Amino acid sequence: MSYARRALAVAWKDLAVERRSKETLNALVFFSLLLLFVFQFTLGGDRERLAAVLPGVLWLGFVLSALLALGRTFLVEREHDCWEGLLLAPGDKSAIYLGKLAGNLALMLVVEALVLGLFVVFFDIDLGRALPGLLVVVLLGTLGLAAVGTLFAAMTANVRARELLFPVLLLPVQIPVLLATVKATEALLLGEPLGAVGHWVKLLLAADVIYVVVSLLTFDVVLEA
Amino acid sequence: MSVEPVVRIIGVRKVFGLVAVLDSVSLDIRAGEAVALLGANGAGKTTLLKILATLLRPTRGAATIAGHDVARAPEAVRPLLGVVAHGAWVYDDLTARENLRFWATVGGLDAYADDLTVALAGVGLERVADARVRTFSAGMKRRLSLARVMLARPRVLLLDEPFAGLDQRARKWLEGRLEAMKAAGAALLMVTHSFGRELGIADRLAVLAGGRIALDTARGTLGPDDVQRLYAAHAEESA
Amino acid sequence: MVKTLGWLTAAALAAGLVMAFGVAPREVTQGNVQRIMYVHVPLILASYVAFVVLAVASLVYLVRRDPAADGVAHASGEVGVMFVGLGIATGSIWGKPTWGTWWTWDARLTSVAILFVMYLGYLLLRGTIDDPERAARYCAVLGIVAALDIPLVHFSVYWWRTLHQPPSLMKPGGFTGSSSILWPLLVNLLAFILLYVYFVARRARLLRAQAEAIA
Repeated sequence: MSYARRALAVAWKDLAVERRSKETLNALVFFSLLLLFVFQFTLGGDRERLAAVLPGVLWLGFVLSALLALGRTFLVEREHDCWEGLLLAPGDKSAIYLGKLAGNLALMLVVEALVLGLFVVFFDIDLGRALPGLLVVVLLGTLGLAAVGTLFAAMTANVRARELLFPVLLLPVQIPVLLATVKATEALLLGEPLGAVGHWVKLLLAADVIYVVVSLLTFDVVLEA
Repeated sequence: MSVEPVVRIIGVRKVFGLVAVLDSVSLDIRAGEAVALLGANGAGKTTLLKILATLLRPTRGAATIAGHDVARAPEAVRPLLGVVAHGAWVYDDLTARENLRFWATVGGLDAYADDLTVALAGVGLERVADARVRTFSAGMKRRLSLARVMLARPRVLLLDEPFAGLDQRARKWLEGRLEAMKAAGAALLMVTHSFGRELGIADRLAVLAGGRIALDTARGTLGPDDVQRLYAAHAEESA
Repeated sequence: MVKTLGWLTAAALAAGLVMAFGVAPREVTQGNVQRIMYVHVPLILASYVAFVVLAVASLVYLVRRDPAADGVAHASGEVGVMFVGLGIATGSIWGKPTWGTWWTWDARLTSVAILFVMYLGYLLLRGTIDDPERAARYCAVLGIVAALDIPLVHFSVYWWRTLHQPPSLMKPGGFTGSSSILWPLLVNLLAFILLYVYFVARRARLLRAQAEAIA
């Protein structure tokens, strides 16, 4: 099926370029380390305070990384006018969206795993039983961020003041996802089972479905010439 | 055999903000014919090219390619087009072969390994097929661009200063390739700044000035000086 | 027609003003400052109308590509953001003497603040894109995403504030019962909705004239 092949081609291309240039990955890794240091300096001493703000701080780290990664996702197309090439590609452009989404999701999950790992090691956090639930929440939350983020990144790619406009557009729309993930993470880290945060998980699922469907339907419009 | 022009541009007008870059442009291009579009900087040559490439929509007027309106049926037009613009549409971190395979797949073509090798050989890049494009010169990137276009066998070729930045040998080579595509029936529109040898492949010359086609004539046996004079006469007059 | 609308709006606003000060009773505990509610609540509700219209107009634009629909969406966005901004301001003015604070992160205020920032982003997007056709398209997509986000915002914020945390604030706009409060409120609500429609009509007409002059 040509649609799936095109989406895969885009995803493969993004990951190959990233794997070889490591531009975004390097920036994200460096950024995560920086975050770790800053949090250690400001909160590291007081373990109780740290435990209380950890969910928020963790997701702040995830979101900032997401902004960095998503904001750059279409930058690679600006070199050598590849953007034009994508615009002129025949067929349903939502295949390009899916490919980009898959690539972004993979990149973001890798960085999040890294951040989480760093936090666990350096702040001596016991994930224990929370891990499976946490993985679900992180996956759903990241999908939400990436789904709208990829759409908005396409919209702002060729616009003046792109670096400013992209987070300004993305963050307010993402507040429900942020609330849900932070609250769910908080509960999970306190030892509650996944069932206890079922409503947040359902919200995340609903958000993910809405965002992906709307993006698939409107990506053609965004990528029109 | 039908001599209906493949490309028909009828009274196209394009306004950006408050400025009319194109006022009323009309031009026809037949299959197997190459038209060189000349004009000063900012005359609107690239704008016209982009309208044909379905990258911009005209404010008024219409352009059709093989009977399909570029503004109303871009999806029908795009598979027929080959575009060689300023940017070569290459990803620096992929190899030549990978670039070609990507664009072929995204363009809905079957990207069999053999076809790719043949295409790369056709532009003389078979020895660097697996080298990263980052290491290529401008001429090599242009050639890769052409390989991409040739793989799709377009009916209409839109070229924006294709000879710019190429050395003597590369220019000769490009001329040969473009002649071959003309012979295979493609219609060519070439935007160019120079009056030199590059015009050799053009069957007709058109001068864009004052938002209109100020001159549309067969190139015949005109030499660079003749073209220069003609251009000066018509470009300044309508400016 | 727009002129008549203008006069009607002015009349409604005047009536609303009279009723807010003349007919509505002086609130026992809050005093006269509570009368701001007759402006605050209609402003917020009218802004909701604006954003719903924006979403619908955006959808119409995407389907029909009619610049008139885009004009309505654009104007609705401007008026909506203005009304929300004023609504938040009047709410703060009411809140300071009443609750002792300019702002609080309760469910309703937080939701409205998010709305304000979301649609401010909508206007920013408009302002940043020069090509009117592209601006119309992108803003239509943003308008639809924002509208679909509203229920998500509502639920997430509500759950955030109410689960494991009982509401501890006096709810604004608690008008239960007395008709002498209800009528001024309704009249003002009508007046502000008329004001919204009037603004959108004038603005959309101006935008269309601008677009036609250029083409």
